[in-house]
Amino acid sequence: MVKANGKAGNGPVPAEPILSVRNLRAYYQMQYFGIDREVRAVDDITLQVNRNEIYGVAGESSCGKTSLIKTIAAANRPPLNVIGGSVKYSFLDRDIFRMSEEELSRVRWKHLSYIMQGSMNVLNPVRRIRKSFIDFAFRHINKPEREFFDIVARHLERLRLSPSVLKAYPHELSGGMRQRVTIALATICRPEFIIADEPTTALDVVVQKDVLAMIREVQQEMGSSILFVTHDMTVHANMADRLGIMYAGRLVEEAPTREIFANPLHPYTAHLIQSLPRIGDLSPKKALPGAPPNLSDPPAGCRFHPRCPLAMDICRRENPALTALRPGHRVACFAASSEVRPVSEIRETVPPKVAEARS
Amino acid sequence: MSDLLIVDSVTKSYAFGGLFGRGTFKAVDNVSFTLEAARPEIFTIVGESGSGKTTLARMILNLIAPTSGTIRFRGTDLNAIRGSRARMDFMRHVQPIFQNPFEVFNPLKKVDHYLFMTARRFAGASKTAEVEAHADAALQKVGLSLAEVKGRFPHELSGGQLQRTAIARALIPGPSLLVADEPVSMVDASLRMSIVNLFRTLRDDLRVSIIYITHDLATAYYISDRIIIMQKGVVVESGPARQVLDNPQHPYSILLKESVLSPETIGEGILGLARHTGEGPPEASAEGGAATRTLAQPRSS
Repeated sequence: MVKANGKAGNGPVPAEPILSVRNLRAYYQMQYFGIDREVRAVDDITLQVNRNEIYGVAGESSCGKTSLIKTIAAANRPPLNVIGGSVKYSFLDRDIFRMSEEELSRVRWKHLSYIMQGSMNVLNPVRRIRKSFIDFAFRHINKPEREFFDIVARHLERLRLSPSVLKAYPHELSGGMRQRVTIALATICRPEFIIADEPTTALDVVVQKDVLAMIREVQQEMGSSILFVTHDMTVHANMADRLGIMYAGRLVEEAPTREIFANPLHPYTAHLIQSLPRIGDLSPKKALPGAPPNLSDPPAGCRFHPRCPLAMDICRRENPALTALRPGHRVACFAASSEVRPVSEIRETVPPKVAEARS
Repeated sequence: MSDLLIVDSVTKSYAFGGLFGRGTFKAVDNVSFTLEAARPEIFTIVGESGSGKTTLARMILNLIAPTSGTIRFRGTDLNAIRGSRARMDFMRHVQPIFQNPFEVFNPLKKVDHYLFMTARRFAGASKTAEVEAHADAALQKVGLSLAEVKGRFPHELSGGQLQRTAIARALIPGPSLLVADEPVSMVDASLRMSIVNLFRTLRDDLRVSIIYITHDLATAYYISDRIIIMQKGVVVESGPARQVLDNPQHPYSILLKESVLSPETIGEGILGLARHTGEGPPEASAEGGAATRTLAQPRSS
């Protein structure tokens, strides 16, 4: 399975989409004392994940990352309701929201699987790991039990886990091993599409690198696609092929990873990258003023404008659309797109402006 | 009494097992270091989970007693602290900052309650105006003000604001040592540096020493003066932070440093190398093909 090289530089490769999300909106709709309240956690998101690709979604806590992936997996429950938009997978014949629960349960784990954050919370603490494998995958693999466990054992070995973990309870395994078990569970049916929600956040650096390497390896071997969500930009730098940056429920920038790190166009992205501490770098790192907005009462216009060093009048009134400024690089920012300058010049001028932000 | 804190060959062991196969497990094994009073510094303890860094912090905070060895704070053995008066006096000088600001504050209590209570107990303020003045002064030091925090519940503040409020609370008694256990790991990326920079300001302006516990080598490099690296309870390497991290000597320190992901390595396939920790090329095993496959992908742009 040779990877189609969908990298930066050679323009938009006509890659084959496996997931296309169009204008997806999902709000938490609640009623307090008869007053309706809406939290716009996912607001008009359009993105596409290609076959054999790791698509990273970056953003802070409460920016809507988890709401987005829950909606994409059709795992949202009230009060999180889908208001509009569509989510289409290439392996499904129609929009995922038009499918019945039963049809969905046939697709889940087999075609669409999910690596969750807290491995301790995912694995049932009173069931041995082998039972969890039966719960997750037995009916999808649809083989006699002995053959099923042969497949499971081979899969575990591929993930460098001894098949003896099947006999263990979750608490008998270390955090890294448990996380590897959840990866094994999510990949045992060789799904086409995997959603990974902060799979390494609770792990320390050495184990984290190990687990990430494993996810990458499994992905490349199976040729599946991953929607990889984390707030850690250094993880994205090394994992993702393409990266989407979320801020306050909206996608503000999207580009191939290398491009976004070398040449961020949105001031928020620029700040995230610039403020990363690195070993060997002692230059002072600035923190962004202000705080992330409250999504039940987001600021008008661009949601980043109260914290933005480049904010102009138009930013307070209108919401910038996500537009492609360069091939494969979309950004939602008036300051980045309004300049009547060749794109090559924007590259040099925008990041320094952020650097000397008024504080 | 020029030493602020002396940690002298401290060991903490826990017993496990039942009747048979009883054993002890050393969470912290023979750790020693000294902080000087005259020279406030950011002293970083780095290690993976289970390396004993939190146990060490809890001993320094006098929450648990060491099995052997002594910890002296300004010449007083922590073991000798008896009675509430002596305890309060100790707490006045050594204050904790915890990992998750959302868990530290009771969600049903207003945040200012903690500030006012600390001011009443430790700063000797009794009148409302005095208490508020103390709280406001402490909040100013962390870049907030009482007007922003007063009457607010924890869910109404961002993670960064809450963590800064927690630091302000710790500053009210006028401590000389802060023990911060993973203070930024739960704080949003855009606000993380505000906390880290704040530590530097506290050291320089208020002359507070800070014990900074983390597994994030990048922020450790950014702010620490001295560093110790712990593995399984043992200090494997210590020294000036930049020197240690620029050129680590112990194999474990080298492994830690190599495991740190950096934006510089975009697309270099560094994750394919995770198994192989420095020593030469990946060994060609039966699985060698699988292990090296990720490296074979050309990643040029």
